[in-house]
Amino acid sequence: MAITGASDARTVPPAPPVATMPVSLEINGRRHDLRLDPRTTLLDTLRDHLHLTGTKKGCDHGQCGACTVIVNGQRINSCLSLALQHDSDKVTTIEGLGQPDHLHPMQAAFVKHDGFQCGYCTPGQICSAVAVLAEIKAGIPSHVSPDLAALMHPTNAELRERMSGNICRCGAYSNIVEAIADVAGAVA
Amino acid sequence: MKFDTPAGINPIDRMAVVGKPHDRVDGARKVTGTAPYAYERHDVVPDALYGFILGAAIAKGRITGIDTAHAQAMPGVRAIVTYQNAGKLTLGSKNTAKLLAGPEVEHYHQAVALVVADSFEKARAAAAAIHVDYGRAAGHFDLAAAAKSAKSDGGEDEDGSKSPPIDRIGDFAGAFAAAPVTLDATYTTPDEAHAMMEPFATTAAWTGDALTVWTANQMIAWTREDLATTLGLPKDKVRVDSPFVGGGFGGKLFLRADAVLAALGAKATGRPVKIAMQRPLMFNNSTHRPATIQRIRLGADRSGKLTAIAHECTSGNLPGGSPETATDQTKLLYAAPNRLTAQHLAVLDLPEGNAMRAPGEASGLMALEIAMDEMAEKLGMDPVEFRIINDTQVDPEKPERPFSQRQLIKCLRDGAATFGWSARDARPGRRRDGDHLIGLGVASAFRNNINFKSAARVRLGRDGVVTVETDMTDIGTGSYTIIAQTAAEMMGVGIDRVVVRLGDSDFPVSAGSGGQWGANSSTSGVYAACVKLREAVAARLGFNAPDPDFIDGHVRSGNRSVALADAAKDGDLVAEDTMSWSGLSRKYQQSTFGAHFVEVAVDAYTGEIRVRRMLAVCAAGRILNPKTARSQVIGAMTMGVGGALMEELVVDKRFGFFVNHDLAGYEVPVHADIPHQEVVFLDEADDKVSPMKAKGVGELGLCGVGAAIANAVYNATGVRIRDYPLTLDKHLDWLPTV
Repeated sequence: MAITGASDARTVPPAPPVATMPVSLEINGRRHDLRLDPRTTLLDTLRDHLHLTGTKKGCDHGQCGACTVIVNGQRINSCLSLALQHDSDKVTTIEGLGQPDHLHPMQAAFVKHDGFQCGYCTPGQICSAVAVLAEIKAGIPSHVSPDLAALMHPTNAELRERMSGNICRCGAYSNIVEAIADVAGAVA
Repeated sequence: MKFDTPAGINPIDRMAVVGKPHDRVDGARKVTGTAPYAYERHDVVPDALYGFILGAAIAKGRITGIDTAHAQAMPGVRAIVTYQNAGKLTLGSKNTAKLLAGPEVEHYHQAVALVVADSFEKARAAAAAIHVDYGRAAGHFDLAAAAKSAKSDGGEDEDGSKSPPIDRIGDFAGAFAAAPVTLDATYTTPDEAHAMMEPFATTAAWTGDALTVWTANQMIAWTREDLATTLGLPKDKVRVDSPFVGGGFGGKLFLRADAVLAALGAKATGRPVKIAMQRPLMFNNSTHRPATIQRIRLGADRSGKLTAIAHECTSGNLPGGSPETATDQTKLLYAAPNRLTAQHLAVLDLPEGNAMRAPGEASGLMALEIAMDEMAEKLGMDPVEFRIINDTQVDPEKPERPFSQRQLIKCLRDGAATFGWSARDARPGRRRDGDHLIGLGVASAFRNNINFKSAARVRLGRDGVVTVETDMTDIGTGSYTIIAQTAAEMMGVGIDRVVVRLGDSDFPVSAGSGGQWGANSSTSGVYAACVKLREAVAARLGFNAPDPDFIDGHVRSGNRSVALADAAKDGDLVAEDTMSWSGLSRKYQQSTFGAHFVEVAVDAYTGEIRVRRMLAVCAAGRILNPKTARSQVIGAMTMGVGGALMEELVVDKRFGFFVNHDLAGYEVPVHADIPHQEVVFLDEADDKVSPMKAKGVGELGLCGVGAAIANAVYNATGVRIRDYPLTLDKHLDWLPTV
């Protein structure tokens, strides 16, 4: 096997280097001062610059939810925003929720209920689930809430509706919702 | 160890660890995001460059020019690989289309270039600056049109031998003509995508002339071999490592473009390179489940006994590709003296068709099990009873071959009782719940059991820890856990005293993950290695009696009991063996069975279909871990909902590509689509399949689900849809008057 040089020898003057810009992020309680290519998403910043690879890239287009993280208390698809938009923001990733020797209750519930199979969507599901329970507690209604002004409850329909931005192709949904309901019950 | 006679009593039968619903041993790593996937190997490759693949913009034709000069001059670009500088690449034995196009293009989004740069953003930007000129050729993209010239092709049997293109038993034509009740209907299933959550991903690094790829792959040995073939390397210079795989469903059975191009990019730059294929490229770049056109004819006497069954399937593929073997289950599922199954393969210039979860049966049962529902209605019979009276306990084509175990009837009866089937009104469109039409549906589930040669190495350490090494993969199936359970049972230790290491081509070659053969085959390989290790331990400890007991961390015979760890106090004990199979699968037909029950609600005004309840009853031999096995089944049921109601790769028949090539356009089930799911496993142990007495469930759970949903929708509406997926436009105009 041989690799020769570039496939086209025509000379084009080199393009100017990419400028970088500073950004400061607080991730899992720790401050990171970074200089980044402005095109860098929050997702790629976590995975490639900070080696926080628990946050997954499934589609890079906000279609699958695998990259869900919690920013200033709200869940977002980290692939859909650039890191520079998050200057001074507080980001919680799956690594910030718990570690193998001290699992967050939601992580433990996912293990207990087998709320995953391949594990690739799992960190996003868990970050979403933690934020969903907070949304319900805060009284934020969803598409299926029967009364927008009433207290919200973590019913099966509410959990399924609110979790629908997180795709699990292994199809662990039935177990995931049971894991979340288990935690919600313990919280209530 | 060769498995050629039915298994007797063995240490697995104790079922102190095996058969228990143990939490996944890799669970804590997965829920904390600390399990490393292929693109995330900062731990072993801290300085990888980034690769970005450019896909072909035509479906068929030639590359007439590639201008990389602008891309090459962009910041951070280290190399651009195209067919012009890649060197000779040889098609792998398991690939139909080449993994790097040029000068010919065989399908849309076939890789034409790789850009390697020092960041993802730079690589992506440079890929967009490559200019490729194409000469487009005419191609065949329409299955219905190409079906007219499709050739007979039986495909391959599980053992790799060619199946006859047409299989005839008795006199189908005569019996069908004479039957008082007949059905002749045609069903279609669309192209489907695996759409696993982890993209194709590889990190590649060279050390001298030796290549390591950390990749996402189901079949380590196949992929090592095909990567070596493609690059022209000796196999022993290629290492493949895939300890965690973010889903596969057949999409990661083979060597794909990410692995080949990461290796080429790393060679070109002298640096490790990592690639995660961008999602919008995946659907046309890789393989998919091919669309089918299936004609089914059934003839029965007035008592409901089938006298004639015919199932013909047409699918398409690239030249050299295989047919979708959707008639396979029809050879074995129901009795009837006169039978005909036939397959046709058209040439299409769409991306390569290949295995997706339950290839053959998944598509075949989507059609056959609607046909059975239609026939039951014609006969005025309950669809559960109709299936039961047409059960067979022997291979209908070779009646001297009994099934090793077949509890289809019990699956149907238990399921009907559990689900409340008696509440179903056989007259469609009769049950209402507010604005919704309610329907119940049933289908049989069937998937063959396959055993593949599988090897493992087992080590007993001084600390009493048992370490298992095999190149088996865990693609979410639970391999880590059931292998740990197997070794714990065999060596008489707790599961916490077992370490399982998987997915590395340096380990003994396993069956790998596919065709629901993984669980039974790989644990059987571990069983074989553990039998050898037990012999070595007994010999080291001076047990003269044959076969001492290994229990509670001790080895016991008569009054003598020695701690297991003592056997390794002077050094580790290592044993390696391979389980292989011969004979029994010819003598006994080995299959797995189930019954799916579904309740749907159809909005009487909009036609929207929602699944309300799902139950699967499965008979699949011994269930090694009811928790992970159940997950396999509910996951498959979920994929079945997708296949029934939403999944369809839409073909652009002018330009020859799948239009909806991302996760927004290719719809798969989400949380809101899936209700609580019930799974029942019948208590079985099949001594004809392996010492584990287990079969697979990962694909069984998908088989028949789609038809159960379709039948439930029909029961709700009275409108029969024979073209998947069942989208509301296909029945809206004919819904019962509200």
